[in-house]
Amino acid sequence: MTRPAAGTPRPYRFPRFTRHTLANGLVVLVAPVPDLPLVTIHALVDAGASHDPRGQEGVAQLAAALLAEGTQALDGPALADRFERLGTTLEVGGDWDTAFVEVSGLATRLEAFAHLVAEVLRTPGFAERDVARLRNERLAELLEQQAEPRGLADDMFARFVYAQEARYGLPPGGSTASVSALGRAEVAAFHAARYTPGTTTMIVAGDVEPEAVLAILGRALGDWQGTARVTAPHGAPDAEADGGRTIELVDKADAPQSEIRVGHPAIARGHPAWLRAHVMNAILGGLFSSRINLNLRERHAYTYGAFSSVDARRHAGTFEVATAVQSDVTAPAVSEILAEIARMTEAEVSDDELTLATAYLDGVFPIRYETTSAVAGALAKLVTFGLPDDYYDSYRALIRAMTPADVLAGAQAVLRPEAARIVVVGDVAQVAAPLAALGAGTVRRWDATGAPLDK
Amino acid sequence: MDIPIDTYELPNGLRVILSEDHRAPIVAVNLWYHVGSAHERAGRTGFAHLFEHMLFQGSEHVGANEHFELVQRAGGTLNGSTWLERTNYYETVPSHHLATALWLEADRMGRLLPAMTQEKLDTQRGVVQNERRWSVDNQPYGTWWERLPALCYPPTHPFHHSLIGSFADLDAASLEDIAEFFRTWYTPDNAVLTIAGDFDPVEARALVQQYYGPIPRGGPRPALADMSLPPTFGAWLRDTVEDDVMVPRLFLASRSPVFGSDAYYPATICAAVLGLRRGSRLKRSLIRDQEVASAVSVSTWDLAKGADLFVIDVTARPGVSAERLEAATVAEVDRLIAEGVTDAEVERALAMLETDIVIALQSAGDRADKLSLFATLLGDPRRLNEELARHRRVRAADVTAFARTRLGADNRASLLYVPKGAAAVAA
Repeated sequence: MTRPAAGTPRPYRFPRFTRHTLANGLVVLVAPVPDLPLVTIHALVDAGASHDPRGQEGVAQLAAALLAEGTQALDGPALADRFERLGTTLEVGGDWDTAFVEVSGLATRLEAFAHLVAEVLRTPGFAERDVARLRNERLAELLEQQAEPRGLADDMFARFVYAQEARYGLPPGGSTASVSALGRAEVAAFHAARYTPGTTTMIVAGDVEPEAVLAILGRALGDWQGTARVTAPHGAPDAEADGGRTIELVDKADAPQSEIRVGHPAIARGHPAWLRAHVMNAILGGLFSSRINLNLRERHAYTYGAFSSVDARRHAGTFEVATAVQSDVTAPAVSEILAEIARMTEAEVSDDELTLATAYLDGVFPIRYETTSAVAGALAKLVTFGLPDDYYDSYRALIRAMTPADVLAGAQAVLRPEAARIVVVGDVAQVAAPLAALGAGTVRRWDATGAPLDK
Repeated sequence: MDIPIDTYELPNGLRVILSEDHRAPIVAVNLWYHVGSAHERAGRTGFAHLFEHMLFQGSEHVGANEHFELVQRAGGTLNGSTWLERTNYYETVPSHHLATALWLEADRMGRLLPAMTQEKLDTQRGVVQNERRWSVDNQPYGTWWERLPALCYPPTHPFHHSLIGSFADLDAASLEDIAEFFRTWYTPDNAVLTIAGDFDPVEARALVQQYYGPIPRGGPRPALADMSLPPTFGAWLRDTVEDDVMVPRLFLASRSPVFGSDAYYPATICAAVLGLRRGSRLKRSLIRDQEVASAVSVSTWDLAKGADLFVIDVTARPGVSAERLEAATVAEVDRLIAEGVTDAEVERALAMLETDIVIALQSAGDRADKLSLFATLLGDPRRLNEELARHRRVRAADVTAFARTRLGADNRASLLYVPKGAAAVAA
């Protein structure tokens, strides 16, 4: 039976958008997407976790979470009620670089949404009781994670790949020690320093016109004043841990599987090799049909899935391979992962592998931006990483032009198998000896709180 | 808003739904088979899901793992999923690759068995057993989604047993089981095919005819065991589990009207009143005011036969005992029953559900999946366009009546997880 041929591709362009600056320095991006009667407002604030002052790790994410818990005029239930009666919910959050406040709903309600979002950004309540409650929720999350191997593996991985003093070595939400020290004063001071017109970008995508958006945002935020201050002045957040390859084994007694993380700090999002590394990662472990997943899942049946990633941050985020394998194959799985990383740096990929990755990344592009929220999120990335306004127009051509030599260059710019940290959350009794026998690095043992088990 | 719906049936019984939308050059292909874990025979728990894995192992003209590769090479996304009553397979691709997606689905519907080998079965058995370890055995509270139906449905009921399956039953699955399951359930007259997005309807119909027309209709399918159940448990059912967890968690379930029935809509509004977003009763009371819980969600499982489940899921704050967590949760449900819900609460729930429905319909894949859902479980994809109106017809009195008849002490099941050693300490 003959396989069907592809038809003629139909044109697609990422939505046009316009860029504006209000008199107080607030930047506004408007992307009219008139297909459905919906709008997304995404307020992006340069107030991510890497802005945490030393000793106050977690304050950025705590401040962002508290924005949804009430304003000076409306307590938490009243604020929630205002949004929910408009058929929407306030989404708040943040990553390493930025924090955000987002609402999506019917475009006819844009003005009401905008005034509420402005109130949330400008005059959060930070009531003592709410600060204490959300701080305790974060502490509860850290406690629960001691029995949750995936989150535990992620946090321990960060701890071991970055230097002790590096911000990236602690979770973005902070540690038990740092979060315990946070109170209303720290949260309010962080908000005053980082939530200002000059550090905020209002992104509006949906069934709207730029003129109307500017008029509404002018009314809601035009008289917002404030000057940003630097809150985290010292040191790079991405300093790497000293020493060579190690195996860090975190004990979870009787675990039927081992959660495995293998990797090291990679490159900043703005690094010239970023796109080459992005395509390289797709081939190594980004796609279902990647080398690592086909090896560990489809060839060996060690796992339900195995993937790799290069995390996009302003400084060097992690390269990591993540998987969970049945306990008795932990050591061979680590061995296969290390071999696949090394192989990627040693020889060019085949044309077949390359075109699978590039055809996927090129073709899937329009599928990524079906919703107003996804369009706003894509624009937020432009702002966060300072990418050019035509980035999404040139992306697909750049991907299609990649060569096997580019992919090898991307691998060599990022991958350092000899420096990889191997973190395993699993049953020490079952996996310690086989891991030591690999000869891939010294095995150090830890308990779920992070305390050393080796005296 | 109404989305366009055009339906027809091939002579072999395949129901086809077309929903055009040319906003972006994207098309979704979505295929639902009306078979799930409920259709498994004794001693073969987990088989429907294992079978779903085998559908990605090739067919007569498609090599092992080539299905994934061809769709990704086309720039598409894809997956499949298994649930109690149905199994679905779906691709979203750039619209000029519609033929590839349709052909891939047709090849495995019509000609799966020539590609099945013992080696592939053994590999996928290992993968699925690792999926079980990952999602159930090595996750805190991970056994809840097999313990809860086991508690809430009688042992002979098709919803009682585990969807992911036991290791022993997975080990017992054979190539003969694969062939039998395929011939029985994976037939055009037991499937719904939806195409949504950017396509030419004349071309799409021609492709469907070319690829699916020659596939023969299936034989008679065995009837499911009797699914009918009384409207309530008739008692307060309990299961307490000591697990490797740091804090208690309660699943409080009730038997609820089946998906799509008139009585189902007040249940969904009630779930929103109790647990949807920050303004809901349980989030305000248990998380914010009393500070006994760190997370709350309330949902229905949307089962269309026998009885649905209405499930309240509450995780304790550290230091809060399982008993206190349950007492606080039950007190809120009792208060809802005693005082009833207000018009304002129903308006809040409706406003959010309306936005959620419109937002979900932005994506071609979601539109296609919803159309297949209504066609498969309720026999009519047009029900999708009636969802808003059916929700809007619900009055506060209907929601209160649902709570009073379905959430009382004679219709509760408590599945309670406690940290290891905690039960002994409390005793």
